[in-house]
Amino acid sequence: MAPTENVRPDLNDPTLFEPVSETEKRSADYIRPSMSYWQDAWRRLRSDKLALLGLLVILLVFALALLGPWFSAWTYDAQNFMEANEPPSWNHLFGTDMFGRDLFVRVLYGARISLAVGLVASFINLTIGVIYGGVSGFVGGRLDNFMMRVVDTIHSVPLMIYVILLMVVVGPGLKSIFLTLGISYWASMARIVRSEVMRLRNEEFILAARVLGASGWRILLRHLIPNAMGPILVTLTFSIPQAIFAEAFLSFVGLGVSAPMASWGVLSNDAIGTLGIYPWQLFFPAMAISVTILAFNFLGDGLRDALDPRLRK
Amino acid sequence: MRRYIFQRIWTSLLTLFVVITLTFFMMRAIPGGPFTDEKGIPPHIMAKILERYRLNDPLHVQYGRYLWDVLRFDLGPSYRYEGMTVNELIANSFPVSLLVGSMALALALGVGIPAGIVSALRRGKWQDRSAMVLATLGITIPNFVIATALVYIFAYRLGWVTVGFWEGLPTAFLPALTLSGYPMAFISRLTRSSMLEVIQQDYIRTAYSKGLRERTVVYIHALRNAIIPVITYLGPLTAGILTGSFVVEQVFGVPGLGTFFVSSISNRDYTTIMGVTIFYSALLVSLNLLVDICLGFIDPRIKLS
Repeated sequence: MAPTENVRPDLNDPTLFEPVSETEKRSADYIRPSMSYWQDAWRRLRSDKLALLGLLVILLVFALALLGPWFSAWTYDAQNFMEANEPPSWNHLFGTDMFGRDLFVRVLYGARISLAVGLVASFINLTIGVIYGGVSGFVGGRLDNFMMRVVDTIHSVPLMIYVILLMVVVGPGLKSIFLTLGISYWASMARIVRSEVMRLRNEEFILAARVLGASGWRILLRHLIPNAMGPILVTLTFSIPQAIFAEAFLSFVGLGVSAPMASWGVLSNDAIGTLGIYPWQLFFPAMAISVTILAFNFLGDGLRDALDPRLRK
Repeated sequence: MRRYIFQRIWTSLLTLFVVITLTFFMMRAIPGGPFTDEKGIPPHIMAKILERYRLNDPLHVQYGRYLWDVLRFDLGPSYRYEGMTVNELIANSFPVSLLVGSMALALALGVGIPAGIVSALRRGKWQDRSAMVLATLGITIPNFVIATALVYIFAYRLGWVTVGFWEGLPTAFLPALTLSGYPMAFISRLTRSSMLEVIQQDYIRTAYSKGLRERTVVYIHALRNAIIPVITYLGPLTAGILTGSFVVEQVFGVPGLGTFFVSSISNRDYTTIMGVTIFYSALLVSLNLLVDICLGFIDPRIKLS
């Protein structure tokens, strides 16, 4: 038998290596222009017509909510009993309510509140919910147990107690609703992200990233969360309407925005009693909610496909 | 595994304790009390009432006494529903919520999961489109609108059911249908999106190339992984749905637990708030434990301990 030290070559011996030829070098070049994850996602989102439509509708609703009331002859709180409960006409596009207030302007004003609530809710879900759930599932063990019990605790205390307490502290109105959403509205997102991360963290591509020396945060943010994008976006598109309805419910029990201001939820709620007689009073606010949520859904579906790393081409 | 479960039960009890403490002190920080009345109760009568319910003691004494009572499963008397204890209140109304809730849950799962699977497998086809349009409608229409529409059609127009008072099972269908709308839509979307992710994976291709039938691949191989987000969501969903919904109970006149959640807080009915919250929290915590154990069984790669 030959001595074994010959099996392992001495890597410092320069005679063992030769420079790579030019053609060989070029074979390792990328032909496709290098694109970041987000560039690639945007490129794919652009080609998805339905998602673009959703984006367009959302932008339109935002523009209407911000600018629309300026261009209307009516104000959201001017009462006119001579024109109460009028059906839609050129004068009042969406008709009027029981106090003769123009429903079109009220729906536009309502959009400001409902959209703000939806945006705040989605922002909280995407930041606190995703990161919290991701860390909990990724680290696991005792920290996971502790973090998830904190979520249970937050989820257990009734929503109304937070709202009432915050109203005492910061005063009534939208601010306390936003804060309440901030405290409690990311629980289900955190749970779903956690379970996805727990499923993914033992897969080979994570092991590969680890072997390459990626830090924990990098693995979480660049490898685990993009792969959990499907459930995250579904949860997100569902949490926006849920937040809008939560606001409606809180206003319904007298803890939200106060009259004459009204969100979409409040407008629909007010109209239910007279649904049989003045159906348009429910139709338009409910329509506004539905169209907006539908747009968010289209955009969410498109984003899901665009952000899925496995669909990269 | 056994060690893990013991540890979880222990931390769950700890969670309950934190929930009790938090709710107790937050609730007391809210201005107004259970006997605050616009008409103004004469001071000497007020003093009698407070003495009777022992609300005059310092807060920490009340807190200690309450904890001791809870340990013996005594949630105390209700301040608003005279002659009722909170235990009786829950015992009376929970079975109603349980009936409506489990029907809604069965409907949400029984329709939601198959719809999600079919639309993932027939992606872009009419089955997918129609299921997703329905699911979108399910979340975009607020449940009070669904409830009103159902009442209008089935009770007012067709006269098949009566609405407004509770007669057990026959009157449970419409509330259950209303209650199931949102979770059904959510579950079908969740199933669809995670199914879409799973069926792209290599092991599914392997299963197909082994010559397995589509049904076997989908139900045995793919569903097992795709169902995980749904199972996760089931914990909070079940706890929420079984404890009732304020809106649905109001519209249909269902004497369930959800109404107490709202009315007790507006009434500052301290013991009822506490009792209902503890009940909900215990349900939530144990369901989440159950969910985590189930996740470990369904996907052995999820290591719990």
